[in-house]
Amino acid sequence: MNSGDSTTDVREPLLKMTGLRIEGQAGERWNEIVRGVDVVLHRGEVLGLIGESGAGKSTIGLAAMGYARPGCRLSGGDIVFDGMELRGAPEDRKRDLRGVRIAYVAQSAAAAFNPAHRLIDQFAEAPVHHGVKSRAEAEADAKDLYRRLQLPYPEQIGYRYPHQVSGGQLQRAMTAMAMSCRPDLIVFDEPTTALDVTTQIEVLAAIKDVVRHLDAAAIYITHDLAVVAQMADRIMVLRYGDLVEEGTADQIINRPREKYTRELLAVRTYRKPDAGPPSEAPLLRIEGVSARYSRSARVLEDVDLEIGRRRTVAVVGESGSGKSTLARVITGLLPPEEGRIFFEGEALPPALPGRNREMLRRLQMIYQMPDTALNPRQRLRDIIGRPLAFYLGLTGRKREDRVRELLEMIELDPDDFIDRYPTELSGGQKQRVCIARALAAQPDLIICDEVTSALDQLVAEEILKLLQRLQDELHLSYMFITHDLATVRAISDEIVVMLQGRIVEQGARNDVLTPPHHEYTNLLLSSVPEMKIGWLDRTLAEREKRRARGEQVMESADR
Amino acid sequence: MTQILTMVAQRLALGLLTLFVVSLIIFLGVELLPGDLTQAILGQAATEETVAAFRRELKLDLPPHERYVAWLGGILQGDLGHSLANKRAITELMGVRLWNTLFLAFISAAVAVPLALGLGILAALYRGTPYDRAVNIVTLSSISFPEFFVAYILILVLAVQLGWFPSISNIGEELGFWERVYRSILPALTLTLVVVAHMMRMTRAAIINLMASPYIEMANLKGLPRVRIIVRHALPNALAPIINVVVINLAYLVVGVVIVEVVFVYPGLGQLLIDAVRTRDIPVVQATGLFFAAAYILLNLTADVLSILTNPRLLHPR
Repeated sequence: MNSGDSTTDVREPLLKMTGLRIEGQAGERWNEIVRGVDVVLHRGEVLGLIGESGAGKSTIGLAAMGYARPGCRLSGGDIVFDGMELRGAPEDRKRDLRGVRIAYVAQSAAAAFNPAHRLIDQFAEAPVHHGVKSRAEAEADAKDLYRRLQLPYPEQIGYRYPHQVSGGQLQRAMTAMAMSCRPDLIVFDEPTTALDVTTQIEVLAAIKDVVRHLDAAAIYITHDLAVVAQMADRIMVLRYGDLVEEGTADQIINRPREKYTRELLAVRTYRKPDAGPPSEAPLLRIEGVSARYSRSARVLEDVDLEIGRRRTVAVVGESGSGKSTLARVITGLLPPEEGRIFFEGEALPPALPGRNREMLRRLQMIYQMPDTALNPRQRLRDIIGRPLAFYLGLTGRKREDRVRELLEMIELDPDDFIDRYPTELSGGQKQRVCIARALAAQPDLIICDEVTSALDQLVAEEILKLLQRLQDELHLSYMFITHDLATVRAISDEIVVMLQGRIVEQGARNDVLTPPHHEYTNLLLSSVPEMKIGWLDRTLAEREKRRARGEQVMESADR
Repeated sequence: MTQILTMVAQRLALGLLTLFVVSLIIFLGVELLPGDLTQAILGQAATEETVAAFRRELKLDLPPHERYVAWLGGILQGDLGHSLANKRAITELMGVRLWNTLFLAFISAAVAVPLALGLGILAALYRGTPYDRAVNIVTLSSISFPEFFVAYILILVLAVQLGWFPSISNIGEELGFWERVYRSILPALTLTLVVVAHMMRMTRAAIINLMASPYIEMANLKGLPRVRIIVRHALPNALAPIINVVVINLAYLVVGVVIVEVVFVYPGLGQLLIDAVRTRDIPVVQATGLFFAAAYILLNLTADVLSILTNPRLLHPR
């Protein structure tokens, strides 16, 4: 993918956006969300756009196709693709380019494939409609590309409907679809963000291979610097619709000039100090728990787990590994089929209705999506005040004072925030409110279900630090459910690795993270992208070598 | 596939249960009518003996539950009983009229459904344009007027002033197909005007609702024209709500025709029902009521099954 030889630079760039301005509608007003950014892309080059949410990276990527989402408009600058001005060009001309010479790969393939049509019909649509290929040619080409992208059963998989195919396979099928007309430029919009790490590495490899093979230029959009370091020749760091800095991948990763870039590079370096072995009897003990949802196969199989006081136990695994189900069993939402749960040595009633208010109080939960976990029609005063009244019987002045205290604890100014609605908060602030709501009950154990997954990395790190401070001050225990190994490294005392409903490895953080590992732990750990140029190629080569030596190399279940 | 069959069987059983409950309600409702039926029919002057004899003949001397069982048993064997007014079998009375009503519903639907879907798709395609607004205003106005008003306006303009169509839809078996169509045009047009707005609005809303989906954006970014995006990408996913509304309106075409049939003196089931009510011909009222209920339930059942079938997740399980 390194096409930095001197001839490319002499040629006219494939895409040149100068002084690009894009506005978004907020009520009656138009706010500028991209403020005069220049983008130059040569043939065969891969450009990485990186930034947190709100940086304008997707908006810029779509602008390369002359497209603005509903509620946005391309308000200024030039977009020149292969000599053609796209801004202000008639719709018909832009339609002739889209899908043919510029293609798009969306973040969530599950949502971007039409559920009503077979994959191959959606593949063939653009080439047949634009007159590039006949239907038969397009079908044959689809199968070739499916094979190239290492989809299983390339001859048959196209005749499936989107819901019949796994997430990682769908993402590859979407990459194949984008290739259907052999475009000059492909815009990848966070193509692996919704995937598990073990799947991500394979999809990244497939994308990289096919882009190189077809010699297309690409814009690769992501919030993950470690990923973009593997994919891009050149990187643009964006923030609030402005360019922060631009340079070759090597330069941005190894010699960043701007403070913001250095901050992005430094995330995931936070480490909780080692706590040593647990001293007291465990707070929560799970013995031989198995569970299933009605009539389905078992999703939990014979799980044993202990959580000590003031300890953080990270439960890690891919989607479908049963980690969230475990949380549902502990909270009583899903009574286990077998096994028992002890809280301070006493058996907990398996189902929620059997537990008294005191048991409920001592075990609280924080969810992945703070947007949906907070009632949008309640002020923070009521959101945090409700558990105070419900569990502790606080009213009036006392309750008000306690709400303020809790807001201070989560580092939000009470005077400013107590009367706000959740919609008036940022994502990170909302998650803080969810934490305060859990704290209000004065629990012993908080189950955190992917609490940082929906947040930007810098914000996520602040939340992790806050949780750690609260643990130190209030002597809380956490069960931390996550698929993100960086989070596990940062905050855990002990690690539990789950695969297909079973625990495959558990122990103190350093024991689990240092070799030798269980082979699945090894797969998980080695699949986490590192902030190093060439990591992807090296890792894949390493796996290939081990395979060649005849060793068993475990593969992602979602192949 | 078995999953779908089980679901259809479940719906069917539920429909039968509903129909049973409706038959109870109809029977009890008539039972609760004030006044004595025989007296009302025979008049105040009738002697005790004639009244008693008449009651025996109608089996009114039996307790209600026995009469209900007998009535239901008869229906299950295809015997709806006899009319009080002219002693003819109700099946025979309803037969011709039923076909007339279905004929009217059919030609109304043949015009209204494609028209509504077409207008709805176009309204979604040209959302916010003067065309969209005009279609909305016209269809919403036509649904806002009571149907007898629409009917009389049509008669006034198309029958009386222009003289294009007959104001009375006097149809019979001796007429040819096109002659029947011609004579049924005004009632069919009235019904069309009444049902189009609802279906058109739902088609438009269901499509527009989907236009923000990522797969519609994807279709846009594949360079497809808007017509193709709406017809091929939005419409198949919008079918379930559209089918439901279409079927509710089809049911209305069968069940709700009473007023329109009366205005145009159209010899359908609605007319029969009105006549039967007027002459206190209770068995006929019961039979038509039950038929209307059955038609309504059956059509809604069809809607349920069809919207299940438009879901690829059910049609093509993993």
